[in-house]
Amino acid sequence: MKRPLFLARSGYRRRRLHDAARLVPVFGAFLILLPILWAPADTAARDTAQDGLYLFGVWAGLIGVAAVLAPGLRGSGGEGDKAAKDRPEDRP
Amino acid sequence: MPFNVLVLSCLVYVVILFLVAFFAERRASRGTSGFLRSPLVYTLSLSIYCTAWTFYGAVGYAARSGLEFLTIYLGPTLVFVGWWWVLRKLVRIGRQQRVTSIADLISSRFGKSNALGVIATVIAVVAATPYIALQLQSVTLSFGVFASGTPGGWAPPDQASTGIWVAAGLALFTILFGTRNLDANEQHHGIVMAIAVEAVVKLVALLAVGIFVVWGLADGPADIMARINASPISDWDLQPGRWTGLICLSAAAVICLPRMFQVMVVENADESHLARASWAFPAYLFAMSLFIVPIAVMGLERLPAGSNPDMFVLTLPLAEGQGALAMLAFLGGFSSATSMVIVESIALATMLSNHVVMPVWLRLRPRAAASGDLRRVVLLARRVCIGAVLALGYAYYRMSGGSAALTAIGFIAFAGVAQVLPAMIGGIFWRGATKTGAAAGMILGSAVWAYALFLPSFGPGAMMSAEVFAQGPWGIGWLRPQALFGVTGMDPLIHAVFWSLVLNTAAFLIGSILTFPDPVERMQGLAFVNAFDDEAQTGPLGWARVQADPEALLMLAQRILGDEAALSFFQAEAGAQGKQGYLPDPTPDFVAALERRLAGAVGAATSHAMISQMFGPAKVTVEDLMAVANETAQIMEYSARLESQQDELSRTARQLREVNERLTQLSVQKDGFLSQVSHELRTPMTSIRAFSEILTEGDLPPAQVAEFGRIILTEAVRLTRLLDDLLDLTVLENGTVQLTIGMANLGQMIDRALAASSHTRPERSFDIQRGIGAEEIYLKTDADRLVQVFINLISNARKYCDAPDPVLRIAVRQKGGRVTVDFIDNGAGIPKDAQAVVFEKFARLSDETRAGGAGLGLAICREVMANLGGTITYLPGQRGAAFRVTLPLRLEKTQISGAA
Repeated sequence: MKRPLFLARSGYRRRRLHDAARLVPVFGAFLILLPILWAPADTAARDTAQDGLYLFGVWAGLIGVAAVLAPGLRGSGGEGDKAAKDRPEDRP
Repeated sequence: MPFNVLVLSCLVYVVILFLVAFFAERRASRGTSGFLRSPLVYTLSLSIYCTAWTFYGAVGYAARSGLEFLTIYLGPTLVFVGWWWVLRKLVRIGRQQRVTSIADLISSRFGKSNALGVIATVIAVVAATPYIALQLQSVTLSFGVFASGTPGGWAPPDQASTGIWVAAGLALFTILFGTRNLDANEQHHGIVMAIAVEAVVKLVALLAVGIFVVWGLADGPADIMARINASPISDWDLQPGRWTGLICLSAAAVICLPRMFQVMVVENADESHLARASWAFPAYLFAMSLFIVPIAVMGLERLPAGSNPDMFVLTLPLAEGQGALAMLAFLGGFSSATSMVIVESIALATMLSNHVVMPVWLRLRPRAAASGDLRRVVLLARRVCIGAVLALGYAYYRMSGGSAALTAIGFIAFAGVAQVLPAMIGGIFWRGATKTGAAAGMILGSAVWAYALFLPSFGPGAMMSAEVFAQGPWGIGWLRPQALFGVTGMDPLIHAVFWSLVLNTAAFLIGSILTFPDPVERMQGLAFVNAFDDEAQTGPLGWARVQADPEALLMLAQRILGDEAALSFFQAEAGAQGKQGYLPDPTPDFVAALERRLAGAVGAATSHAMISQMFGPAKVTVEDLMAVANETAQIMEYSARLESQQDELSRTARQLREVNERLTQLSVQKDGFLSQVSHELRTPMTSIRAFSEILTEGDLPPAQVAEFGRIILTEAVRLTRLLDDLLDLTVLENGTVQLTIGMANLGQMIDRALAASSHTRPERSFDIQRGIGAEEIYLKTDADRLVQVFINLISNARKYCDAPDPVLRIAVRQKGGRVTVDFIDNGAGIPKDAQAVVFEKFARLSDETRAGGAGLGLAICREVMANLGGTITYLPGQRGAAFRVTLPLRLEKTQISGAA
């Protein structure tokens, strides 16, 4: 059975939702690894409290995004699954 | 607090847990497990990731290394918010294949190979040992903290005996609940429920301590911020290597840890719960981590120097005189430790019994395998394994001296289980992964892990001499355990993780590429990699030639699943085959389903081995696999053929419809014509009859007789012409016409035709346009017949052209061996729907001009042209009626027969 080349609006949105679900950890990894680049020499001691606030902020953001995406992803299997099966693994 | 009160409260707490588990189990067995299988319970059970290591160790970690402790929770957060990548597939595969443990997953993926299961089991057990020791250590430490310096009651025993009591108690609880029955799905509702309760307890406890610290000891968040920046914690340095490496390590661990796999995949009741857990579990981790730094800061500030930061959660409330809060914190830590140990030991015991004990037992006593109650054996094996696992943990605790920081021990375990990761991820995403590759990777990786991290963890001189540490074994410098291949200056943990995983992955990839998988392996690979593709779930292969006695199968199933479960399974399968009773036919489908069902209890490899033992080894050959592929190809080809046949059918149907329309139209025309012919025949006949009667009566003047005779003659001629036309057409159609073929000039023929047709409606003056030069062609054809066609066409133009100044253009063209003659007038032309029937017999378009002819003219023309090896067609789009006559320059006999 051939997969359709073009999808109706709802199917298209679902595919993009799957893309978003795949991208969340990639963005998350970037944001969490970002503190590595912060120059530690700026202040004598690291601003641990500020760093902590940043990390917890990113964390809360990830949780929020995942919570927004989750209900849409819960029901969608089938078609999207087949699209996913050939993709390479990209676990952070 | 008196030690006996402490022990008592622990016991009460355990009894409450026991009751929770008991009632959950009861409800589950009655089938009313709605709440038990909710996403909330699933998420809370995942919190087993947060062990005593988190509860006590995180604060100690933060006190030593600042925010680095977050890496342990950020890694799992990334894995869970990215559940669409890996977790979703793992859970789907786990459910499809009835996976019982992570070792079972690996073994099942790589051709139900028990060897791989053993390797994964050994890795898991060895890696979990320090982890269990960690829990024992933290519980013992917390006992010690509480009981120290409190006179009265029992004297607290020394740490070693506390440890042994804790271990024994946990073993008892686990055995009571984890191995009460051999569940078909290897799911433990009671345990899961108890863990969920414990998850709430530990979260509440940690949050309570945190809130007390922030709002009780400090002056709210702003004050805490200032204190954090002022405290020694602020001096921590973010080491990029450790930061990245530990995030990756914890991400790997959350997938590979046996207990995480147990609650996440094996105990999963509904795939959609994962969607909820994708954000709820990170939120839980978030809440657990929120107050870690404040507690650490306040602990460093308030407690005397030298106190163990790992125990701040407990010692801080105690020092501030908050006995109740400290008790809550103690119970939180106790919960963290117990829930981890319970699930971990169940997971490990399942692996050990399925992959080590049962295969050995089946090998040693094949007789007993065919009779006797296997359930008892399996359960006994599990109980013994639980005890063994806890004993190992206790042994490690004793040997490592219980001195190392909790964090360091936890990471050793993480790095150990991560060795399963390449084989697992490769196995579920890459069909090319093979058994040999997986085994090579796991063995090499875990060997490096043991050499570079596990053995050194006992300290120089314990397992490894200090000499080896400094100089390398036998003085080989590049083999120093903490500087492999001359890589010095790396953090020892990251060094070990880096080398073990790099070598593991490399061996896995190279081994997979170089070796060839056996058929079962390839089948399983397809089913795993394409887990979301139903077509890839090939079941019945392998047992195709089984001639099995269903009763023997039932006995086997009963011994593993239990009587009731086995009977109802067999009855359902029989029903699916349309049979009554309990014994289905041993079709390949059924045997495969049974194997999968048994795999849910004893693991894929053991279940496969048991069925093989009864019926001889399954014979799956590469040819079988090819046959499956062929079948698919055949089905596709068949459907393609069907499709093309359907196209052809619809094409034919369209043609038929067109023909039918034409026939219907013709039939209507014929009816019309018949009545007209009757009329035409009747009119002359009537006059002939009338005049004949008058003549018969006599008494007429001779002039009148002559007049009447002439009328009779004219009418008779008209009749004859009609009949001649019909006759002519019949002759032409039958191809029996005699042609007189000779050379003739085309221009002269057109001249003749024009002259002959000039008496048709002579009152109209036509403007004839001709290309004289082009007409100078000599044709070899039947001139008379061709002229007849021309006459017909010109007469038609004269008759039907309705333009006020009629023009007839006759264009001659010669191309190749064929000549075309076009007759184009400037009238209204023939309507589009009539063009199809204009050449049919009896076709008359309108009754406007009934100048002779009976609608046979064009039909005759067509037949004549066919006999002359040519065609006559209507030319559309010429702003008038236009006919094209095409004929060969030289008519040969063969052309006639070909055209006829």
